[in-house]
Amino acid sequence: MNKLRFRVPLVIMVFGLWAILVLPITTPKLIIGVVLSVIFLIIPFPGAEVYGDLKFSFKKVAYFIAYIFYFLWAVVKSNLDVAFRVLSPQLPINPGIVKVKTKLKSSLGRLVLANSITLTPGTITVDIENEFLYIHWINIDTENQELATGKIVQGFEKYLEVIFG
Amino acid sequence: MIDIIASVVILVGALFLLLASIGLLRMPDLYNRMQAGTKATTLGSILIFLGFIILNGDNWSKYLLLIIFIFFTNPLSSHALARAAHFMGINPILDRESEISPRDDLKTEKDTEAES
Repeated sequence: MNKLRFRVPLVIMVFGLWAILVLPITTPKLIIGVVLSVIFLIIPFPGAEVYGDLKFSFKKVAYFIAYIFYFLWAVVKSNLDVAFRVLSPQLPINPGIVKVKTKLKSSLGRLVLANSITLTPGTITVDIENEFLYIHWINIDTENQELATGKIVQGFEKYLEVIFG
Repeated sequence: MIDIIASVVILVGALFLLLASIGLLRMPDLYNRMQAGTKATTLGSILIFLGFIILNGDNWSKYLLLIIFIFFTNPLSSHALARAAHFMGINPILDRESEISPRDDLKTEKDTEAES
């Protein structure tokens, strides 16, 4: 029964998605959502333990909202950068795969970090091995692993470290 | 007025999608095509959905859900493609002059492991 606790954050998220989907919310819809969420809570399925890393606190919620805005800004900035590279006649790219190190411990935090890196144009997470991420970078401008870590990872890490630990 | 703002937002989104397709044609190898092709579409489609939200405010929650869906699925698919390509043995390094030597950390590590 201890495992049931791990699934609570997941069920809350599923219920939140349901609520967004059926807005404006009425009593029958609310009842259906609650019933479905409880079924989700009882049926066991593999992989749900990952969500046990989540712990609620107001500081984390505040950091999560700040992270969303930081992330959107990073996406817009790097989109413009890649757009410039695509349009410029010399095609100024220097691609390769770099290895960077992350401080994040929880697997969910690493998942969100890898997905954020992949979503920002110019970088794709190719592989992940414990605390090292292998990232395809469209324009390598440093030979140093620490500098590459600072440029790609640390901006996101600052927020994710507080949210996921 | 709202129509004009929404049209501009949708137009900018379409512009990003156009840039993605130009990138697909211009980039030299698979990984860089993915950089241009899969990512510019993120911002492009999000801007288009944002335009829809401005135009049709009643259904904002559905469009928001679509944006969240794109945010979750897009990185997974591009990561899977890149990983599969790398294990197929496609070389990410280009033959071209540059000050900083391009490198492939993943490949060199796997090779040294295989040799030892």
